Amino acid sequence: MRPSAVRLLNILVPVKRAVDFAVKIRVNPEQTGIDLNVKHSMNPFDEIAVEEAVRLRERLKDAVKSIKVVTIGPPKAVETLRTALAMGADSAIHVEIPEGTPSPEPLAVAKTLRELVMRQKEGVDLIIMGKQAIDDDAGQTGQMLAGLMDWAQATFASKVDVDPSTKAANVTREIDGGLEQLKCQLPMVITTDLRLNEPRYASLPNIMKAKKKPIEKFTPADLGVDLTPRLRTLKVTEPPKRVGGGKVANVDELLVKLKEAGITPKRA
Amino acid sequence: MEGSTLNSLDTFTEEEEMLRESVRRFATDVVAPKVREMDERERMDPEIIKGLFEQGLMGIETSVEHGGAESSFTSAIIAIEELAKVDPSVSVMCDVHNTLVNTILRKYGTKEQQDKWLPPLSESKLGSFCLSEPASGSDAFSLQTRAVKDGSHWIINGSKMWITNSHEAEIFLIFANVDPSKGYKGITCFIATKDMGIQIAKKEEKLGIRASSTCTLNFDDLRIPEENIIGGEGKGYKIAIEILNEGRIGIAAQMLGLAQGAFDKAVPYTYTRKQFGQPVGTFQGMAFQIAQAAVEIESARLLTYNAARRKEEGKSFTKEAAMAKYWASVIAQRVSGQAIEWAGGVGFTRETGIEKYWRDSKIGAIYEGTSNIQLQTIARFIQKEYS
Repeated sequence: MRPSAVRLLNILVPVKRAVDFAVKIRVNPEQTGIDLNVKHSMNPFDEIAVEEAVRLRERLKDAVKSIKVVTIGPPKAVETLRTALAMGADSAIHVEIPEGTPSPEPLAVAKTLRELVMRQKEGVDLIIMGKQAIDDDAGQTGQMLAGLMDWAQATFASKVDVDPSTKAANVTREIDGGLEQLKCQLPMVITTDLRLNEPRYASLPNIMKAKKKPIEKFTPADLGVDLTPRLRTLKVTEPPKRVGGGKVANVDELLVKLKEAGITPKRA
Repeated sequence: MEGSTLNSLDTFTEEEEMLRESVRRFATDVVAPKVREMDERERMDPEIIKGLFEQGLMGIETSVEHGGAESSFTSAIIAIEELAKVDPSVSVMCDVHNTLVNTILRKYGTKEQQDKWLPPLSESKLGSFCLSEPASGSDAFSLQTRAVKDGSHWIINGSKMWITNSHEAEIFLIFANVDPSKGYKGITCFIATKDMGIQIAKKEEKLGIRASSTCTLNFDDLRIPEENIIGGEGKGYKIAIEILNEGRIGIAAQMLGLAQGAFDKAVPYTYTRKQFGQPVGTFQGMAFQIAQAAVEIESARLLTYNAARRKEEGKSFTKEAAMAKYWASVIAQRVSGQAIEWAGGVGFTRETGIEKYWRDSKIGAIYEGTSNIQLQTIARFIQKEYS
């Protein structure tokens, strides 16, 4: 009898092109959003996701069959895909939306990803994605996707170990109380937290190799998904300027000041 | 009519843009924290040399077969510029290794020599270019280092001075004269490893680019096998002239990055430092100076990138390279000097790193062809054209 083959893993890493973390953001004059005419780059948590996929391959070697990255974005988003390819992904999918369209909301993204996963002939065993995007800080997409797919999920991962022979993963999560260890069955969704890894810089030889890696293109219509926003932004303003505090001489004075500011103790 | 299919000078391929971003991040994350210490201690951190090799930045144009990235010349220029924005010492190390050492092997080496030397140069071994001597700088080809044939070897005696990378390098390209009666036509290019007996002598204590090692080398009956001659006997003059031509564009890129780095450090400060109730950068006098500096940097940028593209296109670029190197070194000194003044007292302290750019800029007018030599080159072209 033939021994069962080592289960080969197909990893999908969704990435988002967002405003670069170092940019000093400014609200636009219409107060409808921020000035987007600034530097964009891959969402830092997504970079960590790409890095983790590449490291999984370095650890598990041939057990990782493919690392595919996907993004939903305007034509320029292809740069983000190329960066991921230069970091070590094998191929990419670009779900293209017109320039100037608002970024799709988490549920729309999750639905699109589900549609893509179903279309992967070789299947998807593991989705690794950033815990949140630094532009909307929604932190919902991974969880919604797992729900839609009825897959296990481990969010805010700070350590990931996958055993391809049992198709199981041990994930350490960062939670408010400390660290939580989860053991999960694949297929699953993992979302990355800051301390999971430090992403590599794309080396020049890998940048040149990335040129030849394939990028598949889709439109939302091709996938039958509706990316229309469900939320309407009414107004965006800067937070009020910080006013200086004041010094108090003792606890009694502190209590007086707190009362003046309208902060009163709650009676049990 | 339809738009031109020709592009503006700040047009880059996707790979070139990605490389710029990658080098920028490497420079900011890995190099920047070490800049001050390396400058104060006059020592290049081995981790940075290792990092440059790991990032594939030491074999930029070298073929994939020989361990390189097989990228464009402009890619090398971009890497040199981005590194210089953070540390011109690290930038010149990458520049000499790529535009002088690697290129000589790629252009003049035999297949055997390329197979032997390019892979270690791409992977881990730093290279050095040894032409200048105590008695020959601008008058490079009056060099005195002598090579005498002895069976299947050459015996080299002499000294080289002002050699960049020499402290950390393992592979050396040495220019020596095999037949002084022929004058410059006897100059020959030899490749040698440190363990053949190259003596690294005095390390210079310099005003600027202090982390870049600059040493005197002594050759005392140094034995080099004859197969280590690059390009053939007597071809050294041609090799050196042609290679320094390209190298000029590299130095232009270094000076350009230096100027931009100084500008980028000082200008934001002028918008936060308030005096008389407003940010000092918003006073008209300051704003005009800042604007002028920006114009100067842009002009140097266009000269540099145009020279690089001309070279890629196979057009003649000697005059343009000389112009780029000359001008970039001039504006680098002006802008970095101004950057200190814009930052005031804080600019004068070593802590902020602004003054370092000014000290580093001075060498731009001196090495790889002094400014006077560049002007002479440009003048010759003009005379030829106009008389």
